Amino acid sequence: MSTILDAKIPDGSLVEKWTKFRSNVPLVNPANKRNLEIIVVGTGLAGASAAASLAELGYTVKAFCFQDSPRRAHSIAAQGGINAAKNYQNDGDSTYRLFYDTIKGGDYRAREANVHRLAEVSANIIDQCVAQGVPFARDYGGLLKNRSFGGTQVKRTFYAAGQTGQQLLLGAYSSLQRQIGLGNVKMYTRHEMLDVVMVDGKARGIIARDLISGKLERHFGHAVLLCTGGYGNVFYLSTNAMGSNVTAAWKAHRKGALFGNPCFTQIHPTCIPVSGDHQSKLTLMSESLRNDGRIWVPKQKGDTRPANDIPEEERDYYLERRYPAFGNLVPRDIASRAAKERCDAGYGVGASKMAVYLDFRSNLINKYGRAEASKLGIDNPDEETLIRLGRAVVKEEYGNLFDMYKQITGEDPYETPMRIYPAVHYTMGGLWVDYNLMTTVKGLYALGEANFSDHGANRLGASALMQGLADGYFVLPYTIGAYLAAEIKTKAISTDAPEFVEAEKAVQERITQFLSIKGKKSVDNFHKRLGKIMWEQCGMSRSAEGLKGAIADIQALRKEFYSDVFVPGDADEFNPELEKAGRVADFIELGELMCVDALQREESCGGHFREEFQTPDGEALRDDEKYAYVSAWEFKDTSQWELHKEELVYENIKIAQRSYK
Amino acid sequence: MEGNMNLTLKVWRQKNAKSEGRFETFDVKGISEDMSFLEMFDVLNERLISETKEPIAFDHDCREGICGMCSMYINGHPHGPKQTTTCQLHMRSFKSGDTITVEPWRAAAFPVIKDLAVNRSSFDRIIASGGFVSVNTGNARDANSLPIPKENADLAFMAAACIGCGACVAACKNASAMLFTSAKVSQLSLLPQGQAERQMRAEKMVAQMDAEGFGACTNTGACEAECPKGISIENIARMNREYLSASVSSNKEY
Ligand SMILES: Cc1cc2nc3c(=O)[nH]c(=O)nc-3n(C[C@H](O)[C@H](O)[C@H](O)COP(=O)(O)OP(=O)(O)OC[C@H]3O[C@@H](n4cnc5c(N)ncnc54)[C@H](O)[C@@H]3O)c2cc1C
Ligand code: FES
Repeated sequence: MSTILDAKIPDGSLVEKWTKFRSNVPLVNPANKRNLEIIVVGTGLAGASAAASLAELGYTVKAFCFQDSPRRAHSIAAQGGINAAKNYQNDGDSTYRLFYDTIKGGDYRAREANVHRLAEVSANIIDQCVAQGVPFARDYGGLLKNRSFGGTQVKRTFYAAGQTGQQLLLGAYSSLQRQIGLGNVKMYTRHEMLDVVMVDGKARGIIARDLISGKLERHFGHAVLLCTGGYGNVFYLSTNAMGSNVTAAWKAHRKGALFGNPCFTQIHPTCIPVSGDHQSKLTLMSESLRNDGRIWVPKQKGDTRPANDIPEEERDYYLERRYPAFGNLVPRDIASRAAKERCDAGYGVGASKMAVYLDFRSNLINKYGRAEASKLGIDNPDEETLIRLGRAVVKEEYGNLFDMYKQITGEDPYETPMRIYPAVHYTMGGLWVDYNLMTTVKGLYALGEANFSDHGANRLGASALMQGLADGYFVLPYTIGAYLAAEIKTKAISTDAPEFVEAEKAVQERITQFLSIKGKKSVDNFHKRLGKIMWEQCGMSRSAEGLKGAIADIQALRKEFYSDVFVPGDADEFNPELEKAGRVADFIELGELMCVDALQREESCGGHFREEFQTPDGEALRDDEKYAYVSAWEFKDTSQWELHKEELVYENIKIAQRSYK
Repeated sequence: MEGNMNLTLKVWRQKNAKSEGRFETFDVKGISEDMSFLEMFDVLNERLISETKEPIAFDHDCREGICGMCSMYINGHPHGPKQTTTCQLHMRSFKSGDTITVEPWRAAAFPVIKDLAVNRSSFDRIIASGGFVSVNTGNARDANSLPIPKENADLAFMAAACIGCGACVAACKNASAMLFTSAKVSQLSLLPQGQAERQMRAEKMVAQMDAEGFGACTNTGACEAECPKGISIENIARMNREYLSASVSSNKEY
């Protein structure tokens, strides 16, 4: 029966909730902490920060990742920056403003109490990272620099060139490695979690596969944390790393954890366009570039002149035109739809005509070039000098991104504008969690991109890094006390217990099944076809008819997968194809749920755009009366889910039509 | 078929750490110059799978040149002819008709797992021995309370850009891990946050590096020349200074 979920939000006024919670949450004494074992699956920003912080507190931690080192988690690829309400720029930022921007950016589909907590701890994150030696960008006075990101009018984004995720992850990784060296964390790299083990209704462990030997292992924990990242790869082509997957979250879902807002996907406006069928992934060009780049298409349909030959007055800076208040810095969902609209209307550029320009020339010259020239005391500099001077500054800010663009496309973005197009980037949906970050399965938590999180229907740029680190450093280490304080008498459960034996047997059978199908098609063949269905019917715009067709197509694809996939090699060896097979099988099931969710939500909000529900000027049209809730789906059986709801109550923000004009 | 490049690949095949390896030759056709080197391998693997043969195992993840997972030794160079990662190497760097030899990283401290994938966990253990600032969560003070001269901050950032791929080790005839280790030592010794543990850090990390079986550094500079992130061998000089001052100093209180 469909229920209304209790998010366990503490009482009190918004600004007091977290402080009060922290003062009242039960504590575990240091002697008992040692005896409590915590399993952390995933060691990206969320997992590495959680594992290190929990070990520092004295818990016994086991951590798992599928890469060969925690340093390679997908978080490493984050480019542009991390938000924090430090107000170092004295431009009017505050905890409230970050909270407000995030709720509004998420199109009023996020939980107030969580978002406020996130804004509260954001400043501590920056302090912690700097203390670890994270080399954020600094100005000549030695103080930290900030840049702007979409959906805000203050500068609150901290960054390290275009490598912010790398530097933050290496910081968290160094803390984790320190705890590994001290013997407080046992790290299992090249291990993939393949199921959650439930004992008496609580999560008590996992089954993991050693990816080198292929052996299945049983691990016990008093609590299990899933920090396993997002599922954007359900679309096959995305900006995610090749290995990013939904398997851990999906196994938890099948064991009873509800899945929140599965269809809320972020399509990022500025990515390098697809160049051919061989393409294995898409590459992001950070949103931070929109600080300094202007987006345009020719005013004339089908204009084939090279970008630099199109005069200023024949260019349509459509974001500046449509959204004068925010211009190029509108949130991602809006920027993406606007790009699609221009291309669909025939104004796209490049060979495929499915691209728009992101142009740095005017800022190279006017913003940076002139500032440098005046610093150097050059009077009346010519354009060439300005470009040369501006180029040096831009190189320092984004050099690696410009290099990457050139590597991939063979074109020099300092000379000609970048060609960009939207691509799948991030998933706001994920495992439903309460205020404590616990899923609907007792003792099973979800952190980082893996939970349905604080971003509502659209995440603002530079907020995922903030959320992952908030969850791991500053939230979970407190909230888990509420559960573990009652577990101090629970002795470690033997991994020979029947629940473990059975869970391992089920995993073994599934592996055997994959290897014995011996069909004719590769795993990638299915993954690509799934991705195509998802992109076309559950991507940037969705309709009831399209979604219904997609559900039928995915069901047919699943049947075909189980009768015609070919997985080479054996179970007891390093076998990347076997790993992929398991992940794609889970993606197929998830894809269906995403379409079910998108079909059920008869409104448009944030990244979820239903063609039937739009304003006359093509903006998302929410229905707050009917849909101001989180959809949380319970797995019943293959292709069968039941919907539960968490009502979203706005006590502090007046819910309004989102406007960036 | 997407392109018109035809290539001959000589690829190292090895079933696991214990078995002997050998080269196997493949002809690949219809490659486009816009493909990355790994996408060319995807094409080959897709064909092998359709022939019910075992695909070639190799490491990769981000395919953006930042995770450090990809690791192919191509025509005698780690990550091939350009100063970039294997995933960011594009086929336009080759000519149709080329024969390309692809091997795994070769180093005693990086045992082969299968085909082109190697085990680099020795790098993690070097970091665990001292590549950190000992600051527990919650211990930090306000981030702007300690200004850092921009020059130091920039140098620290450049050292911190290391992706831990191991190309430096693969490039070195001694299989030395000095560039990797020194980049971390440098980053932290350039920052005020790293000062308290400065001496101990260099000593411990060098000791761990030796214990892992990496070779000695004879300053050939091959590591810098092949590093996809342009990590400078200045870092090695800086680490040597740290190390010397650590070993001559008498007040080691740890
Ligand atoms: C190209 C790119 C750029 C971005 N830039 C920004 C930015 O500038 N600012 C911003 O705020 N956000 C950015 N994001 C988003 C942000 O990087 C991610 O949302 C965030 O890093 C996710 O962190 P995480 O810790 O939740 O997961 P991840 O970093 O994805 O880590 C997942 C971990 O789980 C492990 N794992 C997964 N499944 C299993 C399993 N079954 N068994 C064992 N281990 C498993 C993996 O090994 C890994 O350790 C960007 C994202 C992309 C794709
Ligand atoms: S795959 Fe990540 S650096 Fe090449």
